[in-house]
Amino acid sequence: MIAELLSETPAIGFKRRYRVLVAKLGLDGHDRGAKVVARALKDAGFEVIYTGIKQTPEMVARAAIQEDVDVVGISILSGAHMALVPEVLRLLKEYGAEDVPVVVGGVIPWDDAEKLKAMGVSEVFFPDSPLSQIIEKVRELAEKRRKRLEG
Amino acid sequence: MGDYSKEFLETLARALKEWQEEMAKAGYKDRLDRFTTDSGIEVKTVYTPLDIEATRYMDKIGLPGQYPFTRGIHYNMYRGKVWTMREFSGFGTPEDTNKRLKYLVEHGETGLSIAFDEVTLLGLDPDHPLAVGEVGVEGVSVASIWDMDILFKDIDMGSITTNMTINPPAPVMLSFYVAVARSRGVPDDKIGGTTQNDQLKEFIGQKTYVFPPRPALKIGVDVIEWSVKNLPKWNPISISGYHIYEAGATPVQELAFTLADGIEYVREMIRRGYDVDSFAHRLSFFFVSGINVFEHVAKFRAARRMWAKIMREWFNAKKPRSMWLRFHAQTSGVELRALEPYNNIIRITLQALAAVLGGTQSLHTNAFDEALALPTEFSAKLALRTQQIIAYESGVADTVDPLAGSYYIEWLTDKIEEEAWRIIDRIESMGGMLEAIEKGYPQREITESAYRRQREIEEMRKIIVGVNAFKGEILENEVKIPLLEIDEPSVRAHQIERLRKLKASRDQAKVNTALTELERAATRNENIVPYVYNAAISLATLGEIMGVLRNVYGEWNEPIIF
Amino acid sequence: MKANDATVLIEKAISGDLRSISRLISIVEFPAESGSEVVGNIMKILMKRGGRAHVIGVTGSPGVGKSTLISKLIAMFRKKSYRVAVIGIDPSSPFSLGSFMGNRIRMQIHTQDPGVFIRSMATRGVRGGLSASTVLVLEALDGLGFDKIIVESVGAGQTDVDIINISHTVLNVVMPGAGDEIQALKAGLMEIGDIYVVNKGDKPEADITLKEVIDVLNYEGFVRESGWKPRAIKVSAVMGTGVEELVGIIEEHLDHLKKVGFFEEVVRRRRIYGSSIVLRHILENRVDEIFRKEGGEMLRLVSEGEIDPYTASIKIMNRVLGRAF
Repeated sequence: MIAELLSETPAIGFKRRYRVLVAKLGLDGHDRGAKVVARALKDAGFEVIYTGIKQTPEMVARAAIQEDVDVVGISILSGAHMALVPEVLRLLKEYGAEDVPVVVGGVIPWDDAEKLKAMGVSEVFFPDSPLSQIIEKVRELAEKRRKRLEG
Repeated sequence: MGDYSKEFLETLARALKEWQEEMAKAGYKDRLDRFTTDSGIEVKTVYTPLDIEATRYMDKIGLPGQYPFTRGIHYNMYRGKVWTMREFSGFGTPEDTNKRLKYLVEHGETGLSIAFDEVTLLGLDPDHPLAVGEVGVEGVSVASIWDMDILFKDIDMGSITTNMTINPPAPVMLSFYVAVARSRGVPDDKIGGTTQNDQLKEFIGQKTYVFPPRPALKIGVDVIEWSVKNLPKWNPISISGYHIYEAGATPVQELAFTLADGIEYVREMIRRGYDVDSFAHRLSFFFVSGINVFEHVAKFRAARRMWAKIMREWFNAKKPRSMWLRFHAQTSGVELRALEPYNNIIRITLQALAAVLGGTQSLHTNAFDEALALPTEFSAKLALRTQQIIAYESGVADTVDPLAGSYYIEWLTDKIEEEAWRIIDRIESMGGMLEAIEKGYPQREITESAYRRQREIEEMRKIIVGVNAFKGEILENEVKIPLLEIDEPSVRAHQIERLRKLKASRDQAKVNTALTELERAATRNENIVPYVYNAAISLATLGEIMGVLRNVYGEWNEPIIF
Repeated sequence: MKANDATVLIEKAISGDLRSISRLISIVEFPAESGSEVVGNIMKILMKRGGRAHVIGVTGSPGVGKSTLISKLIAMFRKKSYRVAVIGIDPSSPFSLGSFMGNRIRMQIHTQDPGVFIRSMATRGVRGGLSASTVLVLEALDGLGFDKIIVESVGAGQTDVDIINISHTVLNVVMPGAGDEIQALKAGLMEIGDIYVVNKGDKPEADITLKEVIDVLNYEGFVRESGWKPRAIKVSAVMGTGVEELVGIIEEHLDHLKKVGFFEEVVRRRRIYGSSIVLRHILENRVDEIFRKEGGEMLRLVSEGEIDPYTASIKIMNRVLGRAF
């Protein structure tokens, strides 16, 4: 029975949970969506690192690396997505973290969404995307990344 | 006691009870367990005089143009003058927006409303590193007097009024505007319009704050003070609930937080030694008009009654005009959907109807494509047409406050007022809105509401047509709608080039002196507006002026609210 | 991970490569995934190199401005060319085990500075203000050569006790008008600071609060074990005023610890205490597990009121360990 006490079953404090960065890229302050998504991810058991508003691509990429997140979630409603999102992808690559998937949400015209996906964004969410769909996709991406790293 | 006789109420109560029994016997069942408004107020099957039995008509409802102004601030409302149709517009260069403004005026718009890009809203110049990708995208880029001059080319600044949605840089944008108007010979008493200048709501919604709450409040009140002294026709502030609602607040929270912000501005002016009746009539408000028609109508009516009471009873205002809650309304943007965007036209019509039935002084109707991009010429015109049809075809503007006396509307007005007072009391007990904001109280409350609202939609407790219910095949022309495209790199290059020319043409020593004097004034805690004005006419740029103020006042980051 | 890979990773991390530091931290932070052996090997190297960093704990109730203050401290330390690491701790939800970590919001301006490394950690089921792996991450950052390591605790006030046991210098941040906290200080409940920082010093009540804190400190005559007499200072983290003086006091405290030979003592105690945090956490998890698994009949009896919780626990322990306590 004492052996039970010393078993290798990990204590929760040493077990990694999926980590997600939620960042408001660009200058707009419309953080309702980012906060609702962050809150939903937390309730779904994710560790969410929230950077707040007015983030530059450099800030997002470096925070993603320092926090060793499994997914980067970008919210942008300023219309600057075509200028800023590709820059995040480029910097992640430059810093050797191209394995971290990036998802984007916000006011994004359909055509731009397709272009972003072609550039390497894993998924684009719209104002009408249900939270359940966002959570599911983020979980799937995080799972894939962990498997790749551990495998 | 109310106006109904005891005998009548007793008869009614009996009749109602019998009616309920009959209904139950006949097997009528509701299709939902509970019907609620967007503020979560439970709605009954039917309303009768019993629901307003305590109401004394003359005290709580009264007549239009008279205290407590529940029915409207003017005696004859839209029979005298239809509300101002003011479409919020701005994109690209000042040249681009100038063209759009003139187009709207040609189609019957009666007031201007300028949307600035994010770079301008934050008081940065277009050549700032953070401006990349943002110049002219969400609004027009204005960085100097030169830009402002172009924005108003061939527009008579002495006859049309202009609303500027600008907050931390409000003193700068006001200076640009006044300087351009003066340069064209418009006398100060003919310069009319509004600077939004609601610094406190930036911390709750919108989030284009720059300075910490205390200096932000100081700057906002500087603008009020300067305008009261210099510009008799200017609304120096538009105390705004719109962005608070858009950030997730319920209608009740929007109302309470907005009035609580207003209270803070009044207190600050009084602290500066002004008699309440010397400035209160210069304060204006800005609310959202949402899809839950009756709730928003009731909200507007409650807002007028509450503000009148606050001004008269808390601050001892004597003049009726000091008690007026004059407001601009905008149809809610978050209630618009990206899926099946043409449905938004109907949503906007209902939202606009609520604003008109609620007695707004001016109205902006969103364009149906705004969940996707900025409006095109076509969608902007359609938005304006929506207002015109309501005003001139529907007949709803022909009599004042047509919903008054509806048992439901009067009950809901009372209910919203009651719940809003509860929130205001809470804020007062925290030491006022400034303290509450620093503690993150309103921010936390509205984030909770936003989350709750989203879950209601996901769990199908709240139906959004074409989004979570009645979903059908998406048609080709619902996806491929023509959107306004902005060539940001060329707008940015254009704006940077003008900035360069401006800097080359000006007397740099004069600029430096003006900026140094501004810095000293800010450090000495003087009213900064005259110094900002001097810097503006010396051709200092928006970013330069705001840079000085950033150094003196510091910058703000929001508190963590989960 | 092979031992060779680990060595390469450590070398790259020591040279300041951001990605390597981050990966290394993740490895030691999550031994459950990385494996005890890998973690053990890495930590052996790093802990030999460690013991030199100045660990600064920052505590205080939520909303007092800890993160803003830390951001300003980072700026000051960077001016002195120190390499700075920050561990920001936030609570995990007891229900979902998820966490919302917003400490970075105020520190993001330092993200681009290669001399600054910021990591958010959730408490992950640990009480006391730290997470179980904080102690591992802290030792690792020390070994990687950071000069200053700032640990921002959850800010659960009086229960935030772990922070004193792992820090060289503890900053206790209070707000103007913090009446309850002054009372707690008087009652000896808030006796966990080397430096008391009255933040939001631009508020009119700040001077009164500062005076109250100073009065209590003088009256009670608190002296820390190292012989340091706790100090109090007023700052405005938002405006940056007073922060330079604060840094002066922090450095003074560090000099004091070194002078009296207490610096190394703190490191030794920290490592012992760290081990106890880890052990307690593992045991607690295990106890919960055993309780559910082995409790069976006992739990039914206690739930129905047949026996009392004390008796039930003793019997369970008796069964697990073969003897009663």
